[in-house]
Amino acid sequence: MLQEESDLSLIIAQIVQKLKGSNLYSQLERQAWASLQRPEIKLESLKEDIKEFFKISGWEKKLQNAVYSELSVFPLPSHPAAPPEHLKEPLVYMRKAQGNWEKRILKSLNSMCTELSIPLARKRPVGEQKELLNKWNEMGTDEPDLSLFRPVYAPKDFLEVLINLRNPNYENGDSLSFRTHLGLIQVPLKVKDIPELKECFVELGLNTGQLGIDDSTQVPPELFENEHVRIGQKVLAEQDSAAAQQYIRQGSPTALRAELWALILNISSEPEDVLYYEQLKTNVIQHDLLVDSLIYKDVKLTASNDDYYFVFEDYLYQVLLCFSRDTSVLSHFAYNSASPPKSYIRGKLGLEEYAVFYPPNGVIPFHGFSMYVAPLCFLYHEPSKLYQIFREMYVRFFFRLHSISSHPSGIVSLCLLFETLLQTYLPQLFYHLREIGAQPLRISFKWMVRAFSGYLATDQLLLLWDRILGYNSLEILAVLAAAVFAFRAVNLMEVTSLAAAEAVLADLSTLKVMPLLQIFLFATVT
Amino acid sequence: MSRPKNQNYKGHGLSKGKEREQRAPIRFKTALMNTLMDVLRHRPGWVEVKDEGEWDFYWCDVSWLRENFDHTYMDEHVRISHFRNHYELTRKNYMVKNLKRFRKQLEREAGKLEAARCDFFPKTFELPSEYHLFVEEFRKNPGITWIMKPVARSQGKGIFLFRRLKDITDWRKDTRNSDDQKDDIPVENYVAQRYIENPYLIGGRKFDLRVYVLVMSYIPLRAWLYRDGFARFSNTRFTLNSIDDQYVHLTNVAVQKTSPDYHPKKGSKWMLQRFRQYLTSKHGPQAVETLFRDMDNIFIKSLQSVQKVIISDKHCFELYGYDILIDQDLKPWLLEVNASPSLTASSQEDYELKTCLLEDTLHVVDMEARLTGREKRVGGFDLMWNDGPVSREEGPPDLSGMGNFVTNTHLGCVNDRKKQLRQLFCSLQVQKKASS
Repeated sequence: MLQEESDLSLIIAQIVQKLKGSNLYSQLERQAWASLQRPEIKLESLKEDIKEFFKISGWEKKLQNAVYSELSVFPLPSHPAAPPEHLKEPLVYMRKAQGNWEKRILKSLNSMCTELSIPLARKRPVGEQKELLNKWNEMGTDEPDLSLFRPVYAPKDFLEVLINLRNPNYENGDSLSFRTHLGLIQVPLKVKDIPELKECFVELGLNTGQLGIDDSTQVPPELFENEHVRIGQKVLAEQDSAAAQQYIRQGSPTALRAELWALILNISSEPEDVLYYEQLKTNVIQHDLLVDSLIYKDVKLTASNDDYYFVFEDYLYQVLLCFSRDTSVLSHFAYNSASPPKSYIRGKLGLEEYAVFYPPNGVIPFHGFSMYVAPLCFLYHEPSKLYQIFREMYVRFFFRLHSISSHPSGIVSLCLLFETLLQTYLPQLFYHLREIGAQPLRISFKWMVRAFSGYLATDQLLLLWDRILGYNSLEILAVLAAAVFAFRAVNLMEVTSLAAAEAVLADLSTLKVMPLLQIFLFATVT
Repeated sequence: MSRPKNQNYKGHGLSKGKEREQRAPIRFKTALMNTLMDVLRHRPGWVEVKDEGEWDFYWCDVSWLRENFDHTYMDEHVRISHFRNHYELTRKNYMVKNLKRFRKQLEREAGKLEAARCDFFPKTFELPSEYHLFVEEFRKNPGITWIMKPVARSQGKGIFLFRRLKDITDWRKDTRNSDDQKDDIPVENYVAQRYIENPYLIGGRKFDLRVYVLVMSYIPLRAWLYRDGFARFSNTRFTLNSIDDQYVHLTNVAVQKTSPDYHPKKGSKWMLQRFRQYLTSKHGPQAVETLFRDMDNIFIKSLQSVQKVIISDKHCFELYGYDILIDQDLKPWLLEVNASPSLTASSQEDYELKTCLLEDTLHVVDMEARLTGREKRVGGFDLMWNDGPVSREEGPPDLSGMGNFVTNTHLGCVNDRKKQLRQLFCSLQVQKKASS
């Protein structure tokens, strides 16, 4: 009891500490001062009256949402004496691996830089600044020569690193036993099995209404859809983050999705936020970074070639270029196993006083990075709001998909979860694919790293991301990947090479996500 | 049908009437070598005839029609893919005339409000005949942009934008004094149309919608609306500053293909389902419903306006491609109607859409005589107008104008045509067996 209490007070203290520096705090203060004018506030019962006022005016709800947001994002400290690295990543060998990977990436970036003799950053001449400002809304029309640039890394490079990950304390042994893991990932992390997943994802069960299933044309809307929409509108009216997160587990109606996501991520577009975005835009105009070219190349290679996202090309530049310069993103490295790469002012290599984070937000984009933003363009059209939503999605979820950590939503755990599910529940398929040299993870890895963006049809992708927000976890990506394999198992059993297996799984655009998940979790004999 | 004009008529069709064997092959002819050929060749029981052979079904092009229709005898069951004077609807100057006349009639009969529902066509003047009327309108609205379109050309050829009268007086002089202009080449007719300056933009780009309407007859008017279609995007960002940049303003794929920005890998097209979802997530379902109702209105009114003019031959049917532009207030505008919409596929998705469209067209034309004629839906086609509005609900239509009349159109909605066709043909077979 005592331990829990002291844990709780520690958590409260931490959250208060964090919120004190936020905008909300100053707003609440202002509101409290302003409320003194109101007749119902009396000096004798000042504290209670102000609290009451906050409750009625909706400010308490805002505070509630902010606290809930903090709880969702920040991991709770395990032990008061734990050093900050443990918050990033408790396992030493994982930290080491991440550090080595980062060194490699930075080396690759620096060598590209020296090869092409392009500085990592330079100030733009005034003429160029003017030009860029004029073209801000149509940067996609620019066709700079990007042939010499290569993406710093692609998902398959990252996969190789994960495959070679080993826990030095864990002895696999040479003899095969029923405990041997036959997949590519060879680290012993705890992952859920189907009974546990069923408990975790209980709202996806067969007896609960779902958008993505129970809103199809054959089902009359009175059975589920109408009521669900009504509840959604109510949740939005109440402006309650926690309720919205619970609600969205059953899917979000198309018309309400943009607002619901903003509510769950606790994004409200205050003038300060718009100003902040404008400031970032100014930074982009004034300085040119090497990563800008990487971003350009990535957008041109991926999103511009997509049948549906090509329309949003300009928005992608507007978001990603600003994102690279946003130093507020650095704060997420407190709980990210990765660390922002450091660069040194020319000639001052090794001197800490001359070190800067490069890029300013500490995130080096890889091949396919722009696909994290593309689906969001479907929902948000105002650049600063789109930006905020993307940034929040990144620091809550997406960063886990390309950093090495033991977190249950980290990519390593997702890969292991995927392989374990397949090995346990589709052993024949798994064994067959392994025999023909088509390890399933080699195919599904790219889906998970991109959170299926660009592989599924947009409406299906949004239904999937609804659930990511609802459950505050990325495990559903691994479950879906396994469900896709289960769905195409018959065809996969007949292939005889990796290329053929890839061909069977090349086109996911016709898949309906929710029925697949439901069948895999709740309707398969385990 | 019409008596043969001279002894050189070509007879087409089988000589026997009712004793037609069920398994007799249906002979088709077409000059087009694209998706249509694939669909026709794969249709069970259909054989191709070449050159001068007799045919039961001809997907012709309009030039053949112009030269041969009048002295061609066709048996009752024979079908041809155009109406004789379809240009009343598809040539821009005729369409404007017909619409204006229809609007006047509507105003007389049903009042100003009803007539206002015909205001989906931007103000248009035929040149050179209505030049003075045009100048009057031009002077009344200084500073707005106008678009000049040749009456009979397609694929975006010959179109330009202008804001000053000087631009077209120069052009008039050019065409008159040009040395190339010989007397036997007719001076082209153009229309000057008010350019819609506030188009709805997605991702900063302008787009228009291509929608398919199948008309089986004009008297009575029977029209079907296909659920699928697409939005065609311009490759460059929309701005009014670059009037001369043809690529910005014209969204025809034919023009976009020549734009230096055009990358063939980029589809530049969105399926209508995607477009409808996008709008719903941005504006909510009610606004989108209203928009699609307004589009239904465009289709029906445009067809009604030419109903009395078009020669409604029972052998004829026509698949129209409607081009619709949406403005920022979510009001749809009719740009033009195409009697020969492109059937060439620009991508795999496009190929599938056009294949399904043509298959369903042939189902509705029903050379195999399988349908009862009372169907409201065939594959991806919904019966939109059957000598009167068609309701989504079952039962007798509520013509009192009250109540919740919802038209039987599903543009941009789910198209589960395979399933529907299976059910339809199964039940038709059952009915046939029961009645024989």
